[in-house]
Amino acid sequence: MDAVILQILNGLDKGSAYALIALGLTLIFGTLGVVNFAHGALFMIGAFCAVTLQKIFTLSFQVVDETQKDFLGNPLKVDMPYVEAWFGESFGGGLIEWSVPLAILFSIPVMLFVGYAMERGLIKHFYKRPHADQILVTFGLAIVLQEIIKANFGANPIQTPAPDMFRGSADIGMLLGFDANTIIYPYWRMIYFAFAAIVIGAVFAFLQFTTFGMVVRAGMADRETVGLLGINIDKRFTIMFGIAAAVAGMAGVMYAPINSPNYHMGMDFLVLSFVVVVVGGMGSLPGAVAAGFLLGILESFASNSTFKGYIVDFLYLNGTFTEKLIQGLDQIIIYLVAIIILLTRPRGLMGRKGVMED
Amino acid sequence: MLGLDKKDTALLLAVAALALFAPFILNIFPQNTALAFFNGGYPDLMQRFVIFGIFAIGFNILFGLTGYLSFGHAAFLGVGSYAAVWMFKLLNYNIVPALVLSVIVAGLFSVLIGWISLRRSGIYFSILTLAFAEMSFRLAYSVLTPLTNGETGLQVYSNDPQILMGENGVTSPHLFGLEMSARATLDLGPWEFTFPVGYYLCAILMLISLYLAIRIFRSPFGLMLRAVKSNQQRMRYTGLNPKPYTLAAFVISGMYAGLAGGLLACMDPLAGAERMQWTASGEVVIMTILGGAGTLLGPILGAGTIKYLENVFSKMNEALLHSWFSWLPDFIETPLIWVLSKFTGEGWHLTLGALFMVIIIFLPGGLVEGGQRIGRLITGRSRKASDTATKPAE
Amino acid sequence: MGILEIKDVGKRFGGLQALSNVNLSVHENSVHAIIGPNGAGKSTLLNCLVGKLIPDTGSVMFDGQSVLGRTPHEINQMGISRVFQTPEIFGDLTVFENMMIPCFAKRDGAFRMHAIESFTNETSLVEQAEQMLIDVNMIDKRNAHSASLSRGDKRRLEMAMCLVQQPRMLLLDEPTAGMARADTNNTIDLLKEIRDTRDITICIIEHDMHVVFSLAERITVLAQGTPLVEDTPDNIKGHPKVREAYLGEAA
Repeated sequence: MDAVILQILNGLDKGSAYALIALGLTLIFGTLGVVNFAHGALFMIGAFCAVTLQKIFTLSFQVVDETQKDFLGNPLKVDMPYVEAWFGESFGGGLIEWSVPLAILFSIPVMLFVGYAMERGLIKHFYKRPHADQILVTFGLAIVLQEIIKANFGANPIQTPAPDMFRGSADIGMLLGFDANTIIYPYWRMIYFAFAAIVIGAVFAFLQFTTFGMVVRAGMADRETVGLLGINIDKRFTIMFGIAAAVAGMAGVMYAPINSPNYHMGMDFLVLSFVVVVVGGMGSLPGAVAAGFLLGILESFASNSTFKGYIVDFLYLNGTFTEKLIQGLDQIIIYLVAIIILLTRPRGLMGRKGVMED
Repeated sequence: MLGLDKKDTALLLAVAALALFAPFILNIFPQNTALAFFNGGYPDLMQRFVIFGIFAIGFNILFGLTGYLSFGHAAFLGVGSYAAVWMFKLLNYNIVPALVLSVIVAGLFSVLIGWISLRRSGIYFSILTLAFAEMSFRLAYSVLTPLTNGETGLQVYSNDPQILMGENGVTSPHLFGLEMSARATLDLGPWEFTFPVGYYLCAILMLISLYLAIRIFRSPFGLMLRAVKSNQQRMRYTGLNPKPYTLAAFVISGMYAGLAGGLLACMDPLAGAERMQWTASGEVVIMTILGGAGTLLGPILGAGTIKYLENVFSKMNEALLHSWFSWLPDFIETPLIWVLSKFTGEGWHLTLGALFMVIIIFLPGGLVEGGQRIGRLITGRSRKASDTATKPAE
Repeated sequence: MGILEIKDVGKRFGGLQALSNVNLSVHENSVHAIIGPNGAGKSTLLNCLVGKLIPDTGSVMFDGQSVLGRTPHEINQMGISRVFQTPEIFGDLTVFENMMIPCFAKRDGAFRMHAIESFTNETSLVEQAEQMLIDVNMIDKRNAHSASLSRGDKRRLEMAMCLVQQPRMLLLDEPTAGMARADTNNTIDLLKEIRDTRDITICIIEHDMHVVFSLAERITVLAQGTPLVEDTPDNIKGHPKVREAYLGEAA
């Protein structure tokens, strides 16, 4: 039992990331009708917002101009080099230590701007083009964004630690009445999950309870009719794109301490997030979230050798070729599940009829 | 000729001539001059031109004709390579069984993937193929190590069975004794031309592939594939079942990819999982679209352009850029080199992505369409000129 | 015994009984029209005939064989060709290529690999296609891109594509919907010509009375999912039930 809980918990952080990215993908797809292959790149840019902020805080005096101008030239909240010298050791050091959480504040305007620029500058011109063209141009954009990051930050992962006080782990097992040290769960992953839950809740609340959200939901259901009502739907969709970008970006920022950011993390997550969207059902927001967590947890179970051992023992497969396959299950489980779901429920878990069907 | 009409014959002959004289054309600049940097006539590069040409020709049969955008074709390329290396390991280095098996295995594999993926269309199809390719990559990379040798890549070891090897068998890939790595060199004054056996074999196979593709394009089958792209509803109500047509196109393009993968292994007897990664699938998409999807010449043009640019851009480094622009004043040269260095060397993929975006945005028909536009511009101008010339006479 | 026999067909969508107790018989080589006000179930009935929907009850027999459970392409191969409300053609292809596709479908069935010989070398099929283009007066547009045709020409091309298959029955779904009067009259003339020169059964679903009365030999009036009357055009014109269904009680 404790092992099961542990695996579920372990699946939550990855599941949260999948859910957040898939949520943004679905928002963009549902409102704008565009399949955004560059969405993983937005997640990656978010993670590099954390890297950038950390770099800015830890910068020495001489090199400050070099890095400032490459990253969008946005008004930076803290544009002081040498923070410790300026603010004293305790506050300045605190800034450096808390750079990841602070990067959330930093990333929101950056990501809103990136999303806005992307939609107005590029995607807008592709609404009337075939889906294949949309896929291809955003695929090209994803390559460009990822290579720009690579050119500026190098190809190696960059460590971006969480603040000291979140670095340890909690003994959740004790809280739930199990023996000590059975369920150990890092604080930061807990925070990540809580953060994801808040963001997801906020997006849903926003769509549910505001007029803006209502129009957007109506637009998702029937774009033309809402357009006929004289509501400037395009502008709202642009804002929606910005929000989706910000969600992906924040997911990336918070993920930086879990997995050191590198330039290809966006592509890695993108492929999986697409699978999540398809499993959840194209165009269904709850589907995207549910499938994100579901697949994250499944992956976590599949990566646990004890569980795989049970399966192997149960099927008397020790030493066979199939054992090898089962041992590698964590690598392919998501794809397998996706294929099975698409074959049995072609519209995904919660897909609506008529979305993306020719 | 060969059952082709005049225009197609001319196209095939033109490509054949280009392929035959490629060692000259690509090494047009004399050695030891600065421009020799732009030469592309090395065996390795020329082989890649034609092998990826085959890959793209096949991909175009699926994407160009039916409009189904597969993001997983690299899986078939990789499977082809593995199959070929296994033939080297089990039989001997003769490339004939290797190529035959790689085409067959890739064909079977594409029947499986195509049968499942083609249950959906549009974006779902793209994502399904993407998922399959990524799954194949991971299987090859870590799960199926006994078959693929995982990260290291599959290669031939001295303790492999090689049952047809014999006492003094050839120890590199060969066609009944003719080694792929063999080459002839011709020195003509400052020029140096290389004629590799492997390249010419690949080129012949590429021409056969192109010939078959032309026949497919002009055949009733090709017409049906275009009908699939145009209007599946009308097709069904005309008594035709689009699905087997699409599946057949998928399998044919999978077999082309398998052949290309097998040839890669024949030129260098080694197969790695990274060949199956979805970015590799993206590359063939880029090649086909850059050249012109749905055209006969486009894919070859695209594959050649991408592989050539990749070669040139990756070789450029700051020192070289510096030597080119040293005549500029410093305050221009430094920023210029800083910008260019982002796009060259390691930054080649940035150039590739940017180039691809430009093509999609401004020239969705690819280079072939660009050529046609320029052609029309020229003839259009001349027509206008003749119009004004005839007007006074009226 | 008609070529198309519809017996006791019923179809329900959730709470809506779209069709109930539909009995209909279309005689061979006749023109049979199905008319009715909006929402009478005309389209649902049509979709049941072509394999897009499967009725909950009843049977649909074409020439003694059931069409239920068959896919659209199988039903077409049985000899039913369909013309759509808005012309469905292969927009990316030329007029001639559009014509060749049904020729192949007729000769080779739902799927056949002919991947080697050029399709223009199929002389007898090319002749068929060209003859049909001559018959519908479109031979001058043989090499035109079909997406660039006028709407009337697209309709003409679609009909030609259906006719070249020599179907036993032609199903037309509001062939003149949204057309200008001149185009409507052209279509009527074309259909009249088809009726008079070919051995073909025509089943036409139509809203426009003018079209129906100038073509049909028998008319079935559908209202609220059930056939109201079936009779000759002359009798239908004055039929009180029909006037009621169309014009309401006031009439």
